[in-house]
This record gives sequence, structure tokens and C-alpha cells, in this order.
Amino acid sequence: MADPVAAIELKGISKAFGPVQANKDISIRVMPGTIHGIIGENGAGKSTLMSILYGFYKADEGEIFINGKRTEIPDSQAAIGAGIGMVFQHFKLVENFTVLENIVLGAEDSAMLRPSLARARRELKALADEYELSVDPDAVIQEIGVGMQQRVEILKALYRGCDILILDEPTGVLTPAEADQLFRILNRLKDEGKTIILITHKLREIMDITERVSVMRRGEMVATVSTAETSPPELAELMVGRKVLLRVEKKPAKLGDKTLEVRGLRVVDDQGVERLRGIDFDIRAGEILGLAGVAGNGQSELLEVLGGYRIATGEVLLNGKPIDLTGSRSDGQSRRARGIAHVPEDRQAEGLIMDYTAWENTAFGYHHDHKYQANALFMKNAAIRADCEAKMKKFDVRPPDPMLLAKNFSGGNQQKIVVAREIERDPDLLLVGQPTRGVDIGAIEFIHQQIVALRDRGKAILLVSVELDEIMSLSDRIAVMFDGKIMGERKPGETDARELGLLMAGITDTTLPHSAAEVEAQLAERHGAAGKEV
Amino acid sequence: MNRMPTWADVILVPLVSLLLAAFFSAIVLLAIGENPWEALKLMVEGSVGSTYAWGYTLYYATNFIFTGLAVAVANHAKLFNIGAEGQAQLGGLGVALVCLFLPFPHWSIALIVAICAGALFGAAWAAIPAFLQAKRGSHIVITTIMFNFIANALLVYLLVNVLKPSGTMEPATASFPDAAHLPSFNAMFSSEETVRFRGAPANVSFFVAVAACIGVWALIWRTRLGYQLRAFGHSESAARYAGISPTKIIMVAMLISGGLAGCMAINNVMGEAERLVLNSVEGAGFIGIAVALMGRSHPFGVFLAALLFGFLYQGGAELALWASIPREMIVVIQALVILFTGALDNMVRAPIERIFNRVGRPPKPERKLEPAE
Repeated sequence: MADPVAAIELKGISKAFGPVQANKDISIRVMPGTIHGIIGENGAGKSTLMSILYGFYKADEGEIFINGKRTEIPDSQAAIGAGIGMVFQHFKLVENFTVLENIVLGAEDSAMLRPSLARARRELKALADEYELSVDPDAVIQEIGVGMQQRVEILKALYRGCDILILDEPTGVLTPAEADQLFRILNRLKDEGKTIILITHKLREIMDITERVSVMRRGEMVATVSTAETSPPELAELMVGRKVLLRVEKKPAKLGDKTLEVRGLRVVDDQGVERLRGIDFDIRAGEILGLAGVAGNGQSELLEVLGGYRIATGEVLLNGKPIDLTGSRSDGQSRRARGIAHVPEDRQAEGLIMDYTAWENTAFGYHHDHKYQANALFMKNAAIRADCEAKMKKFDVRPPDPMLLAKNFSGGNQQKIVVAREIERDPDLLLVGQPTRGVDIGAIEFIHQQIVALRDRGKAILLVSVELDEIMSLSDRIAVMFDGKIMGERKPGETDARELGLLMAGITDTTLPHSAAEVEAQLAERHGAAGKEV
Repeated sequence: MNRMPTWADVILVPLVSLLLAAFFSAIVLLAIGENPWEALKLMVEGSVGSTYAWGYTLYYATNFIFTGLAVAVANHAKLFNIGAEGQAQLGGLGVALVCLFLPFPHWSIALIVAICAGALFGAAWAAIPAFLQAKRGSHIVITTIMFNFIANALLVYLLVNVLKPSGTMEPATASFPDAAHLPSFNAMFSSEETVRFRGAPANVSFFVAVAACIGVWALIWRTRLGYQLRAFGHSESAARYAGISPTKIIMVAMLISGGLAGCMAINNVMGEAERLVLNSVEGAGFIGIAVALMGRSHPFGVFLAALLFGFLYQGGAELALWASIPREMIVVIQALVILFTGALDNMVRAPIERIFNRVGRPPKPERKLEPAE
């Protein structure tokens, strides 16, 4: 590299949490005015490393150099003082404050608020002009969209004078179009001389926007390479430590009769907001229907209705017979009895009891099943344990210990426990929500294979995912949801991410070329609709 | 990572808490000019030094087992039942009614019927707050506290206006008929040569309490109901996903909890007083909260904690009797034990956990990730 002074240099950073070595002797140089990617699986230590840099944790060993100067960062105030800004995955904004109030929060000049706000308003305008980061300073956070909220986070960091911006999984909540906008902003910031660190697990983003990329695996920095000289398969291999299949291999679908028919499904939530606004679709036996969409557009509600724990109106037929949507037989147990299995979106809050052992979780939801029951009162714990052991072996859960608490398994293995429980019931219809969220690449491959294998046994599968790549590679048919409605259906071979992205933003007319301004206008409208939901 | 072994969790932590409580109690005693060592000797002598002393300790412990179990069962469903006091009072009413108005051929039948009546009345008293929580979202902590007051007022009314035999001044029922008298330990364990437990109130209900411990253990860890109850307590959202009805679990857990609290009446009302007096529960319902906390909601832990509090109660009473320590100071000591073992549990637990994490086994070697074939 031409410039010998790095914007950030970490030397020999180590951090242990009890017996867990989260970071092991990590050294990294980030050049000023570049976008540097840090990639790695969940639990590889990316977030720990950035938390050390931002002063949340203190490293056990190692040194931090900012612009060549050794710097101690005991807390986030020091990090901000050193010119480091951070945009977290979960935004740290006060929902009912305005944009301006959020930006000033914690950086007020005096006890009186008015002068600070006036100064912030001026500076915000300057920043907006300089970086093309326009936001309405008087908009209330809960009424603007996710993409805008993220802009506010970036502006917060810039307002505090940061030269180094760290973004943790910034695209997780964005549509492809919003992600593109974010990348434009980041490129602009880079051109103005800012240094950007982008933490992600998405290979595509790394390839699109970074100059250099560092790969972390199990607490260690395994490689730092120039993005131009690497490829997604190589990065994936570095992340996992072995060759992985990025695409799912599957035979053409052999379609049978209609397993699931959904007609005019409507859901109104406790606040009176209509979450599903008349949904119609079918799934045939032996078919995977992928439901794409940005989180919060009704997919979760749809899964909950079909899973039996949300009340809805409309008509749902399973194998031609209606399902009770409101009455006494609309609960998870009745759905399971009808042959619907459900891998829920949030395995930690729904799919598993984190304080139950693996074997107790094996019976979860099926605890009325006669094979787990000794009599009307007592459960057959030994039989459940044996069943758990068999499933762990078949699904390669590590460690294969039925006595371990669910919370002590890694995300991927937790998900395998859930997937094993649901798929091994051999259901007629499998509902799958975010099957690979927070799951490492090795386990993703395995879970995808299991889902495809169930399809090939002639079962119907409803796949809900915010990962477009996952939808495109697994589905036989793709439906896109936006604001409680299905915007359209596509065949995976006949569409692309751009078209799906437009549908996800609520733009049905995908044949015409869309200017950036049109997309923006549509997005603004969408945010208006989304704002009411919050 | 928590690598504290189980024995440290269930034995060491309460023990250290107890020692801390003892230490501060000693300071309190020194401050009022008493000798803490002498006081301790008096307490031990007075609570476990003779069969008479044991008879009192076990009598108190029996009360605390029932109320402790009641709180523990509700705890497993993440319901904080503060109403064991009121539920036990209503249990007393149920027991008193059957003992007074049903003719029993033998005490064993009387006991069984009294258990049913006590449990039924206690459960009914818990059912109203449970229903309000399940259907209306009124917080169970608030409603059960309210129901303690209502129970108290109800009993005052009934004892003064309805159940008091005419011609007496005391707000209490008439004494139960002989057939409803439970055998005391004195009657059960004395042989011709030696008299044991003379004058002590411990009675056959103690064994009912032990059986209740075993029953609750089986309920929580062996039955489907216990499985659902714990699942609901750990995660309501997951329970909904699994098709477990929150309404049903809240109702059932509170009914069992109230029933156990109501069962306490077979000990204090039927076994000891042999009539229903005002304020018969004497705060045992609240002690039950401390007992369940200290016993980590496990029936065996509840049993041990109940014994400890039995010891404190009886030892404290002896202390007040034989030393010049005022009765209020005994309450201070008991409060210190509750404070340290219950409320400040984490203050002791966290440092001990840290010690174990530091000196514990070296970290496990990381598992290699072999390619899955």
C-alpha cells in the first residue's frame, strides 16, 4: 500500500470471555479513505472486535493505533473522541424524538437545548449537502422508514466528527433498493476521505463495495485480501475452513395436488392495524413456495396464522378440508394434528425453550403425542431422550448431547434441533421462517438439503425469508409480499433480484425502466405506510 | 459461560448467604449488648436440642413447606403468588367448616376430607386473581396482595358474626370434635418408657407435607402438565407457538398453588389449634415466598429452606423467652436471613460464580469442524 499510515491499526488484540476466546491475536490495518470489509460467520468474533474498537470491551492484550498514534479506548466517549463512529445493527434511536433531537442527544452544548438544536440544524444541512444525506430534521423517528433511520445513525456519527465509520450488518433490514442507496452513500463518504469498516456475512456486499476484506474464523483473523483478487467461493471457504456449496442442488419439482389453499386471508392486530390484507395463494405437494419481502410486511403474521397462534378471517384449506381460523381448534396443537409443522422465524423466542434441555425441546409442541406419553399424566422421558439422540445423530447436531440446555448450543445447532423436530414429523405442510438466520454456512447447506429432501418426498413447503438469495435458490415459485398483500408471483428462473426488489418495495409495474427518483418516491410512500405500523 | 457446579449453586450459595446473615445478626446483637454466641447456643438448644424443640421446629416447617411449595409451583409458571397468606386463611375456613359440621368416624378420614376442603377453598381464593390475570391482564402480584386483605376481612366478619359460638368473647370457632383431632407426634412416637415431643404441636400433617413435596416434584418434572407449565414460565411466546394455552396454564398453576397454600390449614388449624382463630396463618404465607426463593423453587430445596425457617422461628421464640432480647430483634434476625438468602441472592451468587469461572477447569479444546458428508 502506498500510504504507510493506517487509519486504524490493531496489533495483537486478544479477548476472552471466561473460557471462550472471542478474539485471538488479531492484527489488522485499515487504510484511510477505503471501505474495508470484515466477514465471518456468526460467533467468529467480528462484533467483539468492533466492540473493543468502540470501547465497549477492554482487550486483554494488544494495542490500537489511530492514524499511527497509540490510543487507549476505555469507553465509547473515547472512541468518539478518537473520531470513530458506529452504526449498530439495531439502531439506538429514541423512537418518539425527532431526527434533530436524536442527533443532538448526548452531544448537547449546554444545559439549554435550543442553541444546540439550532447549531445541529445548521450542521445537518451542511452535512446533507456535502454527503447527499438528506433527511427531514423535524420528522419523528418512528414515522420514517428503516433506511432513513439508518441515515440518521450515520448522520449522528458524522455530527460527532467521526472520520472512521463502522457499520455492523447494515443491510439486514433493508430492501435491495435501500441497500443500493446505502452503498451510494458509503461510496460518497469514502470519496470525501472517510474510512469505513463494513461488517457483514453477505459475500455479495463485500464483493460489491469493499476494497479489501478481512476474514475471521473462530476468533482468529485468517486472511486479509484485496477484494479484486478474491471470489465469493474463496471467501466462503476461508470463512468456514472448507469448501462449501453456495447453491442448492435440486431436481425439478414433481408437483402433486394442491396441499394448501389460502383465500382472502385477513389479519387485524391488537392496535387495529390490518397486517394481512386479503392474501390468496396455493402450494402444491412437492413444491416450495418462497415468500420474499422486507421484514414486517405481514410474513410473520401469515406464519402465525397458519401455525395456529394468530386469529384471522378468510379461508384456508389443507388437503381440501378447511382449517379453523378463529374457533376452539385454532391453536398450534390442532395444526400439528392436521399435519402442519412449523419452523418459526425466531427459534430463541418461539421454536425452543432456551432453558430446556435438548431432549425436552424434542417433544416441544408434540408433548401430547402418544409416543411421548406414558399415560394421561406422565411423560415418557426416557423415550423422548432416545428420540432426541436419534435426531441429533441424523441431523449432525453438535455436541450430540441431549442433556445440554438449548441455550448452550450454537445458533446453527439450535436451528438443527428445531428443523429435526419439525421435519422428522414428515408433515404434509412445512412452514419455514428464516431457516438460516444467524446460522453458519456449513449448517445452512445442511438445512437447505433437508428442506429440499422433504419437498422431494412430495410435501408442500412455505418458505419465508428476507434473504433474497435463499428464496431464489430454494423456491420453485416466488411470491413477493408488501404491506400485507402479495404483489406478484414469479418463477425463480424468470426473474432477478432487481425485479423482486422492486416488488418488495411495492412497485408492481416492473417492466418499465425505473429512474432512481421514481424508486425513491415509491420508497417514501412505502415508508409513510410503514410508519403507521410502528 | 457459567461453569459453577450444581452443588455450589444449591448448597454453597445459600450457605454463604446464611453465614452473612448470621454475621450481621451477630453485629446487631453486639450492638444491643448481647452475646451473639450465647444467643446462637440458645437458639440451637431451643429449636433442635430436644424432641420438644424439634416438635415446634417441625410444626413451623410444615406450615412453610406448604406455603413454600405453593409459591414454588406458581414460580415455575412465572407467576408471583404473593397471596399464599390469604389462600391459607381461606384453607383454614374450609378445614374448619368440614371439621365442625361433618361427623367423622376416624381422624384419617377427617384428614383426607380436610385436605380436600382446604385445597378447594385455597384454590378458589387463588382462582379469582388467576382469572383476572389470564383474561383481563390484571397483574397477579397486585391482585393476590389485595386478596390477602379481603381474605382477612372476610374471616373477621365470619368469625365475629357467623362462626363464633354464642356466649364467647373471642373471635374464633368452637373447638373441633374429638374425631377431627389429628394425632400429634407426642401420641405417635412416645413409647411406654419414654415420652417424646411432649406438648409440641408437630403432628401427622408433617408427613402430608413431605408427600406434597414428592407430589410437586413429580408434577413439575414428570408430568405433561409440569412440562407445559415450565415451558410457559420460561417463554410465553414459545408456549403459544407450541399450542399451550396461556389461559389454561395460568389458571391451573394458580389453582394448584392456592390449593397447596390452603392445605397448610390441616397443620395449623386442624393439627394445632383444633379450631379456627383470627389470623391463624401468622405470616407463613409470606415466609413461603422466602422459602421458595431460597429453595430455588425445587421441592427438596423448599423442604430444606422450610426446616431452616422452622429453626429460626422456634429458635427465635426461645431467644425471646430466655434472653433479654426483645421480640422485635428476633424479627430483625429473621428479616436478615430473608434478605440475604432471598432478595440478595445474586449478590452472593455472582462473586462465587466468578471464582469458579476463574479457578475452574481449563477451557475445553475447540471442536474441530469436520466436513459433513
